Amino acid sequence: MSTPGTHGERLATRSPLPQVHLKHTGRWISAVIVLALLVLLAIGASQGDIDYAAIPSYLVSPVILEGLVNTLILAVVAQVSAIVIGVFIALMRISQNPVASAFAAGYTWLFRGLPVLLQILLWYNLALIFPRLQLGIPFTDIVFVDLSTNAVMTTFVAAFLGLALNESAYMAEIVRAGLKSVDRGQIEAAQSIGETPAQRMSRIILPQAMRVIIPPTGNDFINMLKGTALASVIGYMELIKAANNISSFNLQVMETLIAAAIWYMVVVSVASVGQYYLERGFDRQDRRPGGPPKATSLRRRVAADLGRAPMIRSTP
Amino acid sequence: MTQALRTTDPAPVLEAVAIDKYYGSNHVLKNVSLEVHPGEVVCIIGPSGAGKSTFLRTLNRLEVPDSGEVWVGGQPMGFELRGGKLYELTERRVAAQRARTAMVFQHFNLFPHLTVLENVIEGPVQVQRRKAREVRSEAVAILERVGLGDKIDQYPGQLSGGQRQRVAIARAVAMRPLFLLFDEPTSALDPELVGEVLEVMADLARDGMTMLVVTHEMAFARQVADRVVFMADGAIVEQGPVAQVLEAPREQRTQQFLQRVLA
Repeated sequence: MSTPGTHGERLATRSPLPQVHLKHTGRWISAVIVLALLVLLAIGASQGDIDYAAIPSYLVSPVILEGLVNTLILAVVAQVSAIVIGVFIALMRISQNPVASAFAAGYTWLFRGLPVLLQILLWYNLALIFPRLQLGIPFTDIVFVDLSTNAVMTTFVAAFLGLALNESAYMAEIVRAGLKSVDRGQIEAAQSIGETPAQRMSRIILPQAMRVIIPPTGNDFINMLKGTALASVIGYMELIKAANNISSFNLQVMETLIAAAIWYMVVVSVASVGQYYLERGFDRQDRRPGGPPKATSLRRRVAADLGRAPMIRSTP
Repeated sequence: MTQALRTTDPAPVLEAVAIDKYYGSNHVLKNVSLEVHPGEVVCIIGPSGAGKSTFLRTLNRLEVPDSGEVWVGGQPMGFELRGGKLYELTERRVAAQRARTAMVFQHFNLFPHLTVLENVIEGPVQVQRRKAREVRSEAVAILERVGLGDKIDQYPGQLSGGQRQRVAIARAVAMRPLFLLFDEPTSALDPELVGEVLEVMADLARDGMTMLVVTHEMAFARQVADRVVFMADGAIVEQGPVAQVLEAPREQRTQQFLQRVLA
């Protein structure tokens, strides 16, 4: 090694050489191609045989809005039920009890293995094999509940059962992966301070597993929002069925379907934003030195993201 | 002097009686027995693979022995004594027994989703159902004592290894346990951070805390321990006062081990 002094002097006196940066020609070419394709698409769309002016009125027509509300109700109810069932199936799957574990494995195998549409159709047509639903003691005359299957199995119930049970099998796998992602040492630490199995699960393991569970659950919910479209097959009044109901009168098939498509995009976009904030709520352990301060309320975080201080405004 | 007084104490706080443990066909603990009296500091040393950590973990039943008994404060761990028989307890009941002990782990195992203060009050509030306000002020005092009074609202991820281990010690002390178990508490630390953790442990020992420490820190054992236990091949080879085991070991295995680690 030569003396650092001479090096330092030479480097300090020399003026830096000019640098020539990459031209990124590929970006310019691809931009031109994409732009040209978009222009072609716009020209094509403008010459199509379609009544664009009708779409805004379909967007807010009572029939479409009813379909939208029904889509949301079905998706939320089915997803929430699937999460609850999925957590239980996942807990059974990882339990020491071999009977519970085998049952959970069989449950997942069955409800994940069949197409959702098939499951919905099977539930909807249940009356063909069981005309009446009875709860009682088998091989006796004692019956507590006796209902007509067709009265119980409405389009909503059939669609709900098909979607929720199928999704619960996926949720079970998501939850199981989340639980397994928590370090074994966490369980031992919770044991060492005397926590019961229930306390370990609810206070230590699940909160940490949520970070792994939430992103795929958000994905699944978005899938569920779109999956409700299958319920149109058995006549449940969701968005697509609503669009079809209108177009069967006036034959504006594309106009009504595009209105439905716009609503799907809106709903899915809102769900994606919600997922983003939900994930941020569980990122606390990612804090490193110099990181953001302690977690604040969801409202504060949203407000901070929008670039204004959270405050409750008094009426002027 | 104190040594003689302690070993004649009539009520040991911890007794392990003839513990055996197998991993498959591997006999990892062979008829291990140990008695610890209130206020004693016992260091367990020995080559890796000797079964030191496994033995320590049988004492709070993180590891279930294949045979033998562990008595904590006069109760058989994992069992209930009724009519001269030991009846196995559910995990729920075992958890209540564990709440009378506390452990410090090699890899800290702090709860990363809880702040430093929340880590320390978790056991006393959730398990022992003590009043939150009282526990908080006690926890703050313990954290100040381990030199972390200014970190109570931080998350474990924001702390250094030495700081994390001191939080883990505070979490254990807050349980007001009958004794503290330390499983190689400084083995995962950068060398320059070992001192701050050992200092906190020595401070607890001076305060009369009953401690069982699996360690490779011979200097710590020499200065703080009342008794040293040397384990090899799943058995206790030799135990006694520091002066005897570390300065004038009787067994050849102990001599060989000490020559290697002190060389």
